[in-house]
Amino acid sequence: MLTLKLALRNLLGAGLRTWLNVFVLSLSYVVIIYIHGMLDGWDVQAKSDMMHWQTGQGQLWQKNYDPLDPFTLQESFATIPGELIPSVESGDLAPVLITMASFYPEGRIQSILLKGISENQQVVEIPTAAFSGGGADIPAVIGKRMAEANKITVGDLVTVRWRDANGTFDAADVRIAAIFNSNVPTIDAGQIWIPLRRLQTMLSAPGKATYFISKKSELLNYSGSDWVSKDLKSLTAEIDQIIKTKSFGSSIMYVVLLLLAMLAIFDTQVLTIFRRQREIGTQIALGMTRWQVVRLFTAEGAMNAVLAALLAAVYGIPFLASQAASGIAMPATTDTMGLAIADKIFPVYSLGLIGVTIVVVLVTSTIVSYIPSRRIAKMNPTEAIKGKIQ
Amino acid sequence: MKSNQSVISIRNLVKTFPMGNREFTALNGINLEFASGEFSGFVGPSGSGKTTLLNIIGTLDSPTEGEAMVLDHSVKLLTQKKAALLRSQKIGFIFQTFNLLPVYSAAENVEFPLLLQKMGGEARRKAVMEALEWVGLSDKAKSRPAQMSGGECQRVAIARAMVKKPEIVLADEPTANLDAENSHNILKTMVKLNQELGTTFLFATHDEKVIGYLRRIIRLYDGKVAFDELVTKI
Ligand SMILES: Nc1ncnc2c1ncn2[C@@H]1O[C@H](COP(=O)(O)OP(=O)(O)OP(=O)(O)O)[C@@H](O)[C@H]1O
Ligand SMILES: [Mg+2]
Repeated sequence: MLTLKLALRNLLGAGLRTWLNVFVLSLSYVVIIYIHGMLDGWDVQAKSDMMHWQTGQGQLWQKNYDPLDPFTLQESFATIPGELIPSVESGDLAPVLITMASFYPEGRIQSILLKGISENQQVVEIPTAAFSGGGADIPAVIGKRMAEANKITVGDLVTVRWRDANGTFDAADVRIAAIFNSNVPTIDAGQIWIPLRRLQTMLSAPGKATYFISKKSELLNYSGSDWVSKDLKSLTAEIDQIIKTKSFGSSIMYVVLLLLAMLAIFDTQVLTIFRRQREIGTQIALGMTRWQVVRLFTAEGAMNAVLAALLAAVYGIPFLASQAASGIAMPATTDTMGLAIADKIFPVYSLGLIGVTIVVVLVTSTIVSYIPSRRIAKMNPTEAIKGKIQ
Repeated sequence: MKSNQSVISIRNLVKTFPMGNREFTALNGINLEFASGEFSGFVGPSGSGKTTLLNIIGTLDSPTEGEAMVLDHSVKLLTQKKAALLRSQKIGFIFQTFNLLPVYSAAENVEFPLLLQKMGGEARRKAVMEALEWVGLSDKAKSRPAQMSGGECQRVAIARAMVKKPEIVLADEPTANLDAENSHNILKTMVKLNQELGTTFLFATHDEKVIGYLRRIIRLYDGKVAFDELVTKI
């Protein structure tokens, strides 16, 4: 207690130099919390987007289905089990059937995935309601990425080719009924969504599906030999992985900042101990042990981190709060790695994040303050009093 | 005044310092006794060993040979921790260069030894104010050392040494950085405290003004006691 009180007294007494160090250190707090808050916010947002557009509360996959291997799609569908039909009819379960196909935008050939999804589904936000109405054409919906990449607008007719059950090519025109705007690229780029029944007919696979998207996690408990359940956690695990990679990359920035702050503290400590040796000698003469003085000087350095936390709170809380309220605009080019990204990310600051940041900064500044302070323990007090130690 | 028991007892004390690959003998066979309540001083030319002797008595340094008993503790045998405790409770220091803690106010400087003793807040404030009164600086309690004159700084240092009511005060050239008027001022203050509180005062000096106040003068020459005389005041 005494050590902390005296340390604070010394630090505040030192004036400008203290506040300079404290300011640099406070920037580290704010930047660390800001960057991590942004990544956490992204994670939350990406998962939520994925849930609303792609995964629902989980999925049931036909046991051969492997999203990374489109060449097995031909063997990756099975008949919708009778027990699940009520849920499909109520819209709680959205069956999806997938096949490889190609289409010819502007005369080029391009491979795509043709996906059939039930019209009445209530699970994801893909606008399947747009399937109803229209004439004899096959209605289709696509995402904005697909539309922009191929200059397709609503009402366009697009020719698609696919292999039917016998392995021979077949072709048909689909009419674009709606273009949806989703942050999730994995249901958008290179994909055309059409009514499930239409695709079942095209593939001569009536009553079959590749996977189901479920609105309720209970439905995942279904255990049939053909179907494997995938819970939300496993479906979004990839997001955590990507965010982890990104957070490693961005940590360089605040590691540098933290290093600068630590260098400033270290430098101040080394200088302080040299300049204040008379003071150190006096403190020993007045009855402190050398280790008490070491502790005092260490506490003084570490106290920088405490003051920095207070200062960071003063300007950081309004700043971070305003960012959380208004969101951080993201450049369009970050839309890589297949990770859902919104135009704006709303950072999320958890208590854990703030706590860990404070502990990390506090511990590092304590260590950095302690290392030069150890010298005090070897000082000869009679020389220190005269200020003669080189 | 306290009884005339011995507070400091030095026997055959030798202090050498390494100097290159030779040894330099700073103190050579010192034998001295000090009774409680003395107002004495080591006098001698520069390099005669005054400061060295004072540092050993103050437990900041240790004898190379011989024995220095301070308040019934052998300086040689004290651990760092015990020595610190002894200084904290029973020994006050006054330095030539004042050595106030620069970022503390006068009152905080005086408070420092009491904080080390973990004295409670109320008693501490009272003791600090009392000590500042002894040296006539009650009105400067909030001033920083940089805002005070040399004489005022040294009086704060005296208050800091005296606030814990130590048994012994060691003053190394306390007037060297002061003008004549201030020197007499602080010396009178110390005489007064010596008489009122019975504290033993030990000086190291070559200042004639200080010597004029001493009641016992120990002349050091080349690390030896050349002369030890009691001054009889008329
Ligand atoms: N740490 C040390 N290492 C080597 N020699 C030292 C050390 N401390 C003191 N000495 C030597 O011991 C001798 C006595 O020094 P001391 O400081 O006690 O003298 P002093 O009488 O106080 O002199 P002054 O009046 O100049 O203060 C000097 O010659 C000094 O050079
Ligand atoms: Mg000296």
